[in-house]
Amino acid sequence: MNTESNVLRESALDLERVAAESVSQTRPFYWSVRRELWENRWIYVGQLAVAGVFLVGFLFNMTRWLDKMRSLSIIGPAHWETVSLPYNIAAGALMGTLILMSIFYSSDALYGERRDRSILFWKSLPVSDLTTVLAKASIPLVVLPLLTFGITIALHLIMLLLSSIVLPASGISLASWWQELSIFPMWGMLLYHILLAHVLWPFPVYCWLILVSGWARRAPLLWAALPVVAIGGLEKLIFRTSHFAEMVGTRLIGSGAPTDVTHGEMFPTGPMTHLTPIRYFSAPSLWIGLVIAAVFLALAVRLRRYRDPV
Amino acid sequence: MSVIEAHGLRKAFGTTVAVDGIDLRVEEGHILGLIGPNGAGKTTALDAIIGLTPYQGELRVLGRNPWQEREELMRDVCFIADVAVLPRWMRVSQALDYMIGVHPRFDRIKAEGFLAKTSIAHSSKVRELSKGMVVQLHLALVMAIDAKLLVLDEPTLGLDILFRKQFYDSLLNDYFDGSRTIIVTTHQVEEIQHVLTDLMFIHHGRIVLSCSMEEFEARYAEVMVKPEQLGAARALKPIYERQVFGRSILLFDQVGRQTLSAVGEVRTPSIADLFVAVMSNHSGTAQGAAR
Repeated sequence: MNTESNVLRESALDLERVAAESVSQTRPFYWSVRRELWENRWIYVGQLAVAGVFLVGFLFNMTRWLDKMRSLSIIGPAHWETVSLPYNIAAGALMGTLILMSIFYSSDALYGERRDRSILFWKSLPVSDLTTVLAKASIPLVVLPLLTFGITIALHLIMLLLSSIVLPASGISLASWWQELSIFPMWGMLLYHILLAHVLWPFPVYCWLILVSGWARRAPLLWAALPVVAIGGLEKLIFRTSHFAEMVGTRLIGSGAPTDVTHGEMFPTGPMTHLTPIRYFSAPSLWIGLVIAAVFLALAVRLRRYRDPV
Repeated sequence: MSVIEAHGLRKAFGTTVAVDGIDLRVEEGHILGLIGPNGAGKTTALDAIIGLTPYQGELRVLGRNPWQEREELMRDVCFIADVAVLPRWMRVSQALDYMIGVHPRFDRIKAEGFLAKTSIAHSSKVRELSKGMVVQLHLALVMAIDAKLLVLDEPTLGLDILFRKQFYDSLLNDYFDGSRTIIVTTHQVEEIQHVLTDLMFIHHGRIVLSCSMEEFEARYAEVMVKPEQLGAARALKPIYERQVFGRSILLFDQVGRQTLSAVGEVRTPSIADLFVAVMSNHSGTAQGAAR
């Protein structure tokens, strides 16, 4: 009886220990991500600022947009592009911001802490280089895209609210407008597009920037761009082609990803867009890119271990 | 188990040898002062101990390999590697949140207690604090960690004397309890003389002197000699001689105090004086060979 209860108590202690250990694995990661958000407040302040500026522009353009709506005698299919134009431009502006933020964040990720010598403080704590690098990589991989999506939705909601007030006042049928806009499928498409075209597709580029940021003694963005320019230039000189530069460029802006087939439409969020997730996830170029990204990250972890403050 | 054990610890940057095969053993409960001129290899040796730099030779800190196991080691070791390494954007409250988040041995109540004795506000950002306050904050964070080894590399560089004194006072009164171990390097040698239990001089990557403070006091004596007794005093083979206000001060190693009191006024030298003596004996090759 006594031994039994002892065994029970011990196994309970074991469980506690295992639980404590798994907590101690995830806690440093969680706090490492939080400290990135504390340090880089500009990544959400910037997005909010872009959304704010866009909203002001939307308000000033309201009369022109209403005229355009009125000129469509009946709102019906084939008018989706016109109806959704402000919404798509809003999403596009924020996605452009997302790309810029990801580039600037990644190119400073492992450089900033060496420049201000705070790496000596971070390294005095029981947080591994792997945890730190993964936390930093999660900003362009998870935090920024979700933030962009969330702010886009919020911006759309405000625009919807404003439109719902002015459209009936101008004698335009709210119901048909709403039906044609089909906002919920649009949001679904937007999330799909952001994750596939602006996160997974360009991820090797961001990991390259993170790697160079851990190596460069100054101007990491410049050092990251130099090999691209050099390789692109050599290719042009020798083969008269520009595949490499095109590849990097299209990865970065999210075009060329086998995400969707858009038939002559400007925006990938349209109702006619044909989603091809199977084609996307079976594309070797995607997986090759992700493997390269993983290699870049592994090298970045190693570099962080060796590099001294700048 | 020793807290630190090193055999043939060596580190070279290209052709420059920073640490040249040192043997080191630091036991629990000691406060070791690592003293040396600029470029002597102190920081490199400390960096190896806290897992910031790879090295050659054998090194164990709390039984671990610091380069391979830095993350695990940092649960029991904390260090202040330099002044002003706290991130400038961080708020004091964020620093406390972060520490409690990542460090299993951090005691927030304790840290807040230390901070309450200063004029640092929780809402302040590090960039808004004076240099002295940043050091106070860092020390409060570090002292609230229940660590076995604390490594301080020039922790008070650039601080005024009040902050420096306060720093070592709180280290002794609020932190050191006899079971912890502290290694400290500083150029303000005279200020830590009463703090240390052990002393180590390092020069050109080698240990040139290593003793406990009791040994130091028993071994070295400084004698202020009148001109007429100078000849007799010099016959006792001082290791160093200097002039102050026209009087000669001679430093002796392992010469009985009774013998010395015959030639002048005997007192225990300061670490700084011994340091100057040892370093000047080591810098000249001829003198160095003689020792």
